[in-house]
Amino acid sequence: MSVAAEGSRQVSPGKGAMRPFEAVNPVAKFGAALLLAACLVLTIDWVSAGTALLLELAAMPFLGVRARAFWLRTLAVWIAAPLTGLTILLYGQASGTVYWEWLTIRVSDGSIDLAIATALRVLAIGLPAVVLFITVDATDLADGLAQVWRLPSRFVLGALAALRLVGLFLDDWRYLELARRARGVGDTGRIRRVPGQVFALLVLAIRRGSRLATAMEARGFGGETERTWARDSRFGWREWLVACAGLMVGMISIAAAVLTGHWNFIVG
Amino acid sequence: MNSGQDVPAAGVVARGWGWRHAPRKRWAVSDLDLRIEPGERVLLLGASGAGKSTLLQALAGVLGGEDDGEPSGELLVGGKPPAESRGRAGLVLQDPDSQVILAKVGDDVAFGCENLGVPRQEIWPRVREALDAVGLDVALDRSTAALSGGQKQRLALAGVLAMRPGLLLLDEPTANLDPAGVVDVRDAVARVLERTGATLVVVEHRVDVWLPLVDRVVVLSPGGGLLADGSPHAVLTDQGRVLAEAGVWVPGFPPALPARHRASGPDLLLAGDLSVGRGSRVEALVVKADIELTVAAGMTTAITGPNGSGKTTLGFTLAGLLPPLAGVVEATPELRGLQTGRHAGISEHPIRWTSRQLLTRIGTVFQEPEHQFLTATVREELEVGPRALKLPAGEIDARVDELLQRLRLDAVAAANPFTLSGGEKRRLSVATVLATRPRILMLDEPTFGQDARTWAEQVAILAEFVDAGGAVVAATHDRAFVEALADAEVGL
Repeated sequence: MSVAAEGSRQVSPGKGAMRPFEAVNPVAKFGAALLLAACLVLTIDWVSAGTALLLELAAMPFLGVRARAFWLRTLAVWIAAPLTGLTILLYGQASGTVYWEWLTIRVSDGSIDLAIATALRVLAIGLPAVVLFITVDATDLADGLAQVWRLPSRFVLGALAALRLVGLFLDDWRYLELARRARGVGDTGRIRRVPGQVFALLVLAIRRGSRLATAMEARGFGGETERTWARDSRFGWREWLVACAGLMVGMISIAAAVLTGHWNFIVG
Repeated sequence: MNSGQDVPAAGVVARGWGWRHAPRKRWAVSDLDLRIEPGERVLLLGASGAGKSTLLQALAGVLGGEDDGEPSGELLVGGKPPAESRGRAGLVLQDPDSQVILAKVGDDVAFGCENLGVPRQEIWPRVREALDAVGLDVALDRSTAALSGGQKQRLALAGVLAMRPGLLLLDEPTANLDPAGVVDVRDAVARVLERTGATLVVVEHRVDVWLPLVDRVVVLSPGGGLLADGSPHAVLTDQGRVLAEAGVWVPGFPPALPARHRASGPDLLLAGDLSVGRGSRVEALVVKADIELTVAAGMTTAITGPNGSGKTTLGFTLAGLLPPLAGVVEATPELRGLQTGRHAGISEHPIRWTSRQLLTRIGTVFQEPEHQFLTATVREELEVGPRALKLPAGEIDARVDELLQRLRLDAVAAANPFTLSGGEKRRLSVATVLATRPRILMLDEPTFGQDARTWAEQVAILAEFVDAGGAVVAATHDRAFVEALADAEVGL
């Protein structure tokens, strides 16, 4: 049996049953989102953003994200996009016919164009980023970052372990709230109490953190020995495919903008 | 390669060894001369502050370098300095939550092997073997967050075991567990020792848990060196009284119980058809329904059950901190203070009371004292409640002075609560609640992980409170506590 075959497949029997996209190395998903975003931030126009958005929506059904999860996780993006658009609409650089003016607000042909382009852009960059990450397991991502991208394992694994403490901090915060009520200071000044509670949380966090660090060190973490990896993080043809798909969507969008004459390079 | 028996047990040698933590003046351990033969099973005892944990961390090689402290003398594990023999000693710590490193059981056990550079094809057999040895029969991709406290400790043990250590170091591994978890972990350690023949050094206040397993008892002296060293029987017979006074739970030397003057009083709190559970109100998992109970003045009620059975939730619900999932918690006119006529408007449901209205009626002591500390000094901490009640300055001073003295906190009155010792934090957290003179005191695991001395102090304070006409409700899995104080028990 090859070394590679002894890897994650053995730990996670469920993986074989996963939809193919879920099994793609998180680093590839990360790369795809990054490449796409890099293309789209070069220009501000509605054609490129709209093209990207259309291609993305067409690809969504193949990514294995359930409808409910999709809407729940991307809710913030759907709220942020029109808000950003509105801001640009009211305060964006004016040009062409001015339709409405009040104090510093100027709604013009130019600001309408910019607003639409920006709102679409937020969706076109935000949606795939969120969707790609719904299917990412933190441990897999850490494996990928350390093994494929060769980021320092100390840093990656430290961050991964710290991530696990977040749940404990949420519990701590709830207890801190209840304790304020129990101590007789819970009636007023909810906002004013926040700094004190944050400080208490910080003290508890440092304590938990240092205990975790001791536990990790006791298991040989941070030693001189070259580390091995129990799970193999591979970057194969599927990963290249996903990364290329991200780049392709970005390139097609740029091409569409250039061909229709809407290309609007962001600098200058 | 199918068992750890090919790994030789590692002995320990200390020659005039000592350690001083960086900012401190006092040596945590000093003048230690000790020799532990490979395969020996040692119970390490000593008063709090005698340096037990420091010694274990030194043996595990995790005390750090020159920045962290100053060593003296010599300490060897398997003939080499601990820092040079990583993986020879495996350490399991007290707090189950802070030792889980990764999200899945298999990955967590594999973590130590990866750090030691074990080849991948050898890691997974080791992981399965280690989980089998500690009796943790769960899937490798099981979420570590879903494990109970006892399972988490066995997971930590498996993680250490997969590294194939010749020396097993356990620092109060069962102090935070319920009785069933304690037995599971102890039995897992027994099985592991039988398979591997590794040397064992365990630190634990509760001697009876480990007595069946150890063949030697070593007692560290707080002043440096050893207080006693020998067979368990000899040491516990000779030093039993001294150890008990230093806070060790020695069989045959139970902590002193206070004299009681019981007198029951009027009913204060009634619970009917009450349901408690885990999770939010929207998505609740009811653990226990139809709870009926009465809390009366002069009475102690113990809420018992294993970890995760909803004891804390029930306690907090009775204490007016959480709303009932179903049913009611009702304060009697006596508790509301209706006969004095001053609180005609107060609701009969404690959860509807303001934070201030709770103060003189139900006080809550949290399991972690740190959760309830609000100020920068012990004195200010005690003043919080009385100030919220807008008591006159003279009255506040009088109450605070009296509590400082009675609970032996006067010496640390100006200290920051977060810097106190474990026992002092405990006393302070109870004192802050007593300062507003509530009729009912609710305590969440009041004796969790405590040494015998702090335990006895806590029991004495509560007995005094109840005998003076207060009511105590305690969520606990400590049998000794229940037997010492409880008049009624609610089992979950």
